[in-house]
Amino acid sequence: METIFFYLVALVTVVSGYLVVRCQSPVNSGLALVNTFFCLAIFYVMLYAPFMAAIQVIVYAGAIMVLILFVIMLLNLGTEARKRYTHGVVWAAIASLLVLLNLVFFVKRGRVTGAEGDITSSLIMTEGHTELIGKALYTDFLLPFEIASVLLLVAIVGAVVLAKKDV
Amino acid sequence: MSVYHYLTVSAILFALGTYGVLTRRNAIVIFMCIELMLNSVNLTFIALSRHLNSLDGQIFVFFVMTVAAAEAAVGLALMIAFFRNRETIDVDQINLLKW
Repeated sequence: METIFFYLVALVTVVSGYLVVRCQSPVNSGLALVNTFFCLAIFYVMLYAPFMAAIQVIVYAGAIMVLILFVIMLLNLGTEARKRYTHGVVWAAIASLLVLLNLVFFVKRGRVTGAEGDITSSLIMTEGHTELIGKALYTDFLLPFEIASVLLLVAIVGAVVLAKKDV
Repeated sequence: MSVYHYLTVSAILFALGTYGVLTRRNAIVIFMCIELMLNSVNLTFIALSRHLNSLDGQIFVFFVMTVAAAEAAVGLALMIAFFRNRETIDVDQINLLKW
């Protein structure tokens, strides 16, 4: 059952990823990208990471994609949809095929090892995923967390300065 | 499902994103393809962190999302500024730094 579900979601993910790349109108690409984000959120739930699935839906599908769709609307890009919308298809296809072969080769031939942690799925079920993430963020990763907040502040100021007509 | 299945899906998504970045002419669609690649890497991180019973990969995904949000804000502001100057965001027209 889980296998069938996995393959179904994987199929939808890959097809909507393909639509992101191939759709002529940027709005259609954006909606296909939202679909991909939802499928990835389903994958995160299947991997016992419900908090990550929630912020995938809220931050990516909610905030970032709405921002992108607003900019598409503001720039009124629908009018130039008739023109040629790609370039260098052959070389790009060869390059991305090489990337794919490379990645699949390493996934098939390699073996995943590493230092095993102690966060088992039963611990996630009893303790709660959000609590575990919060504990890790505010103890081991406190400095990166603070730096991320500074980065967001810089991004807000930078976006306002860049988008203003005259500074 | 083993971790290899998730890694394969992630590899396919990454290759699709590469193809989109290299072929599309609209800068916003290129931006969306970059988001697709970032998301495929996020899937890799979460699959591996689940496989290794560790939480560090998921914390890293958290920071990748933060950087993606910052990138979205600054990148879209750049596109608006460019559109105001040149009336287009076609990357074939944005060629002043090309050799």
